[in-house]
Amino acid sequence: MDKIEAKNVNFYYGDFHALKGISINIPNNQVVAFIGPSGCGKSTFLRLFNRMNDLIPGSRLTGEILIDGQNIYDKSVDVDKLRKNVGMVFQRPNPFPKSIFENVAYGLRVNGIKDKAFIEERVETALKGAALWVEVKDKLKESAYALSGGQQQRLCIARAMAVEPSVLLMDEPASALDPISTAKIEELICELSSQTTIIIVTHSMQQAARVSNKTAFFYLGEMVEYDDTKKIFTNPSKETTQNYITGRFG
Amino acid sequence: MKKLIDIAAKRIFTVSGFTTSVVILLIIAFLFTEAVGLFNQPVVEDGYVLALNKQNDVKTLSALQIKDLFDEEITNWEEVGGKDMPVKVFRLEDLDKIYTEEQLGDEYQYAGDKIVEQIQDNPGMIAFVPTTLVEGRTEINMIKDNTIPVKDVLFGTEWFPTATPSPIFGILPLLSGTIWVSFFAILIALPFGLAVSIYLAEVANSKVRKALKPIIELLNGIPSVVYGFFGLAVIVPLLQRTFNLPVGESGLAGSIVLAIMALPTIITVAEDAMRSCPRTMREASLALGATQWQTIYKVVIPFSISGITSGVVLGIGRAIGETMAVLMVTGNAAVIPTSILEPLRTIPATIAAELGEAPAGGAHYQSLFLLGVILFFITLIINSCVEIVSARNKLKR
Repeated sequence: MDKIEAKNVNFYYGDFHALKGISINIPNNQVVAFIGPSGCGKSTFLRLFNRMNDLIPGSRLTGEILIDGQNIYDKSVDVDKLRKNVGMVFQRPNPFPKSIFENVAYGLRVNGIKDKAFIEERVETALKGAALWVEVKDKLKESAYALSGGQQQRLCIARAMAVEPSVLLMDEPASALDPISTAKIEELICELSSQTTIIIVTHSMQQAARVSNKTAFFYLGEMVEYDDTKKIFTNPSKETTQNYITGRFG
Repeated sequence: MKKLIDIAAKRIFTVSGFTTSVVILLIIAFLFTEAVGLFNQPVVEDGYVLALNKQNDVKTLSALQIKDLFDEEITNWEEVGGKDMPVKVFRLEDLDKIYTEEQLGDEYQYAGDKIVEQIQDNPGMIAFVPTTLVEGRTEINMIKDNTIPVKDVLFGTEWFPTATPSPIFGILPLLSGTIWVSFFAILIALPFGLAVSIYLAEVANSKVRKALKPIIELLNGIPSVVYGFFGLAVIVPLLQRTFNLPVGESGLAGSIVLAIMALPTIITVAEDAMRSCPRTMREASLALGATQWQTIYKVVIPFSISGITSGVVLGIGRAIGETMAVLMVTGNAAVIPTSILEPLRTIPATIAAELGEAPAGGAHYQSLFLLGVILFFITLIINSCVEIVSARNKLKR
């Protein structure tokens, strides 16, 4: 069974029809990239998987999104629990005004974990997983703002991974970073995908080609094409996709 | 042409900035010179002298001792370090009771002789008389007059600026009154202010916020005398009934009025600070499975803590400097308060109430300036604390 299934999803911001009848199946422990020009709805779609769009007043959704077979928009779903299981990394590094350690431990603490040794162990694992441990192990008590942009973004990934989500959503995670930091993040994505389902929104087609197993192309609120990454970038079946990846628009 | 305007603008800004700074410094300098002048004033009222019998070996008296002597609270010279003999107080008015107009002379020309006569007859007498009448008399002793000591003012526990022969300027009752009232005002205003600002910034939808915020800001525009009147008409009787007090005018009434006045400042500044917390920061917290409340107190409040503190301090500043409303509801008793339900008096209220009756240049007048300087230092200290706190928070980020 697929990890995530979206069935005929429509999404509206007030009167604006942002997503039009999208259905997609995302297999377990794979990296799926969403590409498309700005304003095509890919970020909106991504934010549906952890119900982040609930915060936007006047937004509305029809259709179903299933994670592990459970409709996450069902009334019985506990949103906080869902978000613990579906982590998110944002476009810009957004660490909390706390120490490096507390940033990573935050997700554990808000979920009611008090065992100190357990938290320390998880923080270490998460920081190692985010390839940040060596750089920060001697300054865990220092402010997260003392880190560079790339380190901050890896810290945010560690923060998201510390609660061991089974799905990780990444909204242009490398767009604010330099090429070296970007390469590190991409490496990280490949490593994490062995145990996590990752959906990544990106503007960089090279990035999508490098990191993802499957790619979905969005245009004007519709999902034009969804297939193996290799096929999308070498032999897309739709002309719009072809035009976009060859840089004729977008 | 463009360049000329540029130069002119630069000059105008420089000059206006410079003059403003100089004027402010001059005002502060004026305040300080007037205040320091108090310590050059004699303990006994200017132009008067305290005269004693030759047998009395007391040489100096402090202002408090003089006051107690003339209030007949000290009745024996032993208590102020002299011989064992009863105190007899003599004022100029007493002259008329003892002697006839004839004996004193129609122009009071014999008054000096008669005073000396009285003092010589009564070994325990202390006389408070104009210097001119007894100048150069060797048959009697004069109390050596000191200037008002700094210690007696800064640590004095009594405030009797109009007492004769020697006024007493102990500022502790006023200082403690100010701190007491402001402390309780903040104690009351803080939880309410924070609650409302959190509600406005985080919970309320935009319609409610748009309606509520102008109303709260409107509270800032109400003149303080109106708050005082409200306090006098509503809060004071309410307190009197609830706590069964002899008088409702009390420190608590002042604190409540001040809390109401400080609320809009605290709310608007704290709310602005919380709203400046970036949306992505909240989303990051929510995306980790935090509830809205966890997000507020673990992320939003720590993020905006420097803004919240400055709101609170601005509120305290308002409370400490506030005059009219406090003057109207606190009962104005210049005593060191032991409970919040007692009447008390604050520094600004004292200045406002007494400046009108203090003769310019006199000790009383200068003591009020000293109070102003002390108030100035209190706010200075508080403001520097905020600077330090927010600077530290910025470093942490």
